[in-house]
Amino acid sequence: MLQDFKKSILVSIWFVFLTFPLMVVRVNTMDQVVIWRWMNLVWVAIGSFILSYLWRYMLSRKQARTKVAEEGGDTRTKLQLLLEDMNFRYKAMGVILVLILIFPLVFDTYQSTIMISALIYVVLGLGLNISVGLAGLLDLGYVAFFGVGAYTYALLNHHFDLGFWITLPIGGVLGCLLGVVLGFPILRLRGDYLAIVTLGFGMIFKVVMENWDALSFGPSGIANIDRPSFFGMDLSLANSTIYIYYIMIAMVIFTILITNRLKNSRIGRAWIALREDEIACVAMGIDMAKTKLSAYALGAFWAGMVGVLFASKTTFINPASFTFMESAIILSIVVLGGMGSILGVILGAFILILLPEYMRAFSEYRMLAFGAAMVLMMIFRPQGIISNLRQTYEYKGTKEKTDNG
Amino acid sequence: MAEKKHKLLEVKGLTMDFGGLRAVDSVSLEVHEGEIAALIGPNGAGKTTFFNCVTGIYNPTKGDILLHPKGLETRRLNGLKPNKVTEMGLARTFQNIRLFSDMTVLENVMIGRHCRTKSGIFRSIVRGKAVLEEEQFIVESSYQLLEKVGLEDFANEFSKNLPYGAQRRLEIARAMATDPFLLLLDEPAAGMNPQETSDLDQLICKISTEEQIAILLIEHDMKLVMNISNPIYVMEYGKKIAEGSPQEIKDNPKVIEAYLGEEVDA
Repeated sequence: MLQDFKKSILVSIWFVFLTFPLMVVRVNTMDQVVIWRWMNLVWVAIGSFILSYLWRYMLSRKQARTKVAEEGGDTRTKLQLLLEDMNFRYKAMGVILVLILIFPLVFDTYQSTIMISALIYVVLGLGLNISVGLAGLLDLGYVAFFGVGAYTYALLNHHFDLGFWITLPIGGVLGCLLGVVLGFPILRLRGDYLAIVTLGFGMIFKVVMENWDALSFGPSGIANIDRPSFFGMDLSLANSTIYIYYIMIAMVIFTILITNRLKNSRIGRAWIALREDEIACVAMGIDMAKTKLSAYALGAFWAGMVGVLFASKTTFINPASFTFMESAIILSIVVLGGMGSILGVILGAFILILLPEYMRAFSEYRMLAFGAAMVLMMIFRPQGIISNLRQTYEYKGTKEKTDNG
Repeated sequence: MAEKKHKLLEVKGLTMDFGGLRAVDSVSLEVHEGEIAALIGPNGAGKTTFFNCVTGIYNPTKGDILLHPKGLETRRLNGLKPNKVTEMGLARTFQNIRLFSDMTVLENVMIGRHCRTKSGIFRSIVRGKAVLEEEQFIVESSYQLLEKVGLEDFANEFSKNLPYGAQRRLEIARAMATDPFLLLLDEPAAGMNPQETSDLDQLICKISTEEQIAILLIEHDMKLVMNISNPIYVMEYGKKIAEGSPQEIKDNPKVIEAYLGEEVDA
């Protein structure tokens, strides 16, 4: 403690020294005088001291935790214990459900629109979570699947006048198929190589959509896409937004339900085993090709579906919506939220999408804050905001034992 | 080997080349029902490469690997994928422990049950009665395996937090979960203390007698090998230089020269 305190003071003095010419001395060339801004010196001292101390405190806390973990102790935080309490979980879910259901009725269209885009990223994050978080297959071109869904709806709507509800599953299935098609060539790759190939795939999608005018209408995109119809009625913009909001809520719940079931199934365990050790996984009788392809296909499925919804919400799409930046954001959501953790991914999506929206005043510093947040996260909580909750199993065993986990 | 036992694994003239390097040079080997066979040899003799060929991780350059499951037709394992080999009833452990470290001990064993169960993606999503029953069956049978190797108290620990000896035993339990009739153990006693080694000794004998699983093991611990295994095969520089009972191996001048010399003198 005292050691940390001393070091922080040293850091503070060093920073004061370093920034002195910049922050304190100012030469006014008009009047030929030097202005001494001593207040700045105090601020630099206090600020650097606090930051440095906080940094040290966090590091020592993290070290203490890893030490406990090595000794086999309980490292679960209060939050984690609370989340594992089923009773609390059901109550919290109820409250959240009521809140999200009345949200569009309380707030205006602008708020609902922001919420819809956050929810879109929730679904995208959950989808990518299957391939990255569970199966450990880093995918930097995930946005391509999203784009496939969006273009599926846009084109089918433009050419054949197909409605939203028919196209929704088609978009999902096409995303899925593309996932399999992409999956085959990369079956043998892992780690960095896999990341590069998927990155390339994401780029190819965008370039093709920009240049294949006959199919995609090029960079000018496709406009006047129908919004989802409500039993054949066309809704006003405000009502339509509310309607899409509810569709999105239903979709998020659907996604959570299914990804959760998959995660805790035989298939989900195979994905996690594949992430942990590929050779051991195969030696245990798991078909690597099947497992990898299913992870890719199921991940892509959600992107395809939500892509359809994205196209119907914006009513206009062009290739600019499907850049590498989007892939990076979705990946950040998964990493920041907690790989493999459904709750973590949801939280990550809200933080990364809503915070920039509500802090538009500071939009100049957005990327700076984003980068800093990522660095800090990787140092202090590499497992993400909420680490994966473990499934518990009930078993009897043959011996005379009554306790179980 | 006086009595005629059913032959489970038959390897004929197995050769494996890595570029210009011949790691395994026409090695033949047989494992019969109820046997604990051992494959020994100095470091770099090609034992693990031999294992990797048999279990499908490498595709051997030459030779035949034949599996004769009881009551089923003979299968040639050359070029089969590792998961297919495991499905046929041949499981293995690894020299450098390869557990799924971020999964619990129980989950590790449950992975072994994967190839003997079959609920697919759609059925897992619907989660019908059959799937739930199968899941429960996986959990129960995995837990029973943990009891057999004496790890039931650790069932909900992460496997990375287990002591070293326990990790080795967990690897064996995981391999047994695939319902094999032949178990290949790659240096199961490596890095263990004498107490752990003698426990392992008993465990291997127990698996062999109680579970009716034949065992082929690679080992450096001579005490363990001489105690429990018969026959013993000796490899050096990729070639098989001797085979026979522990006593025959101890007396074999070639083996003494290659590898056991000082130990037999003592």
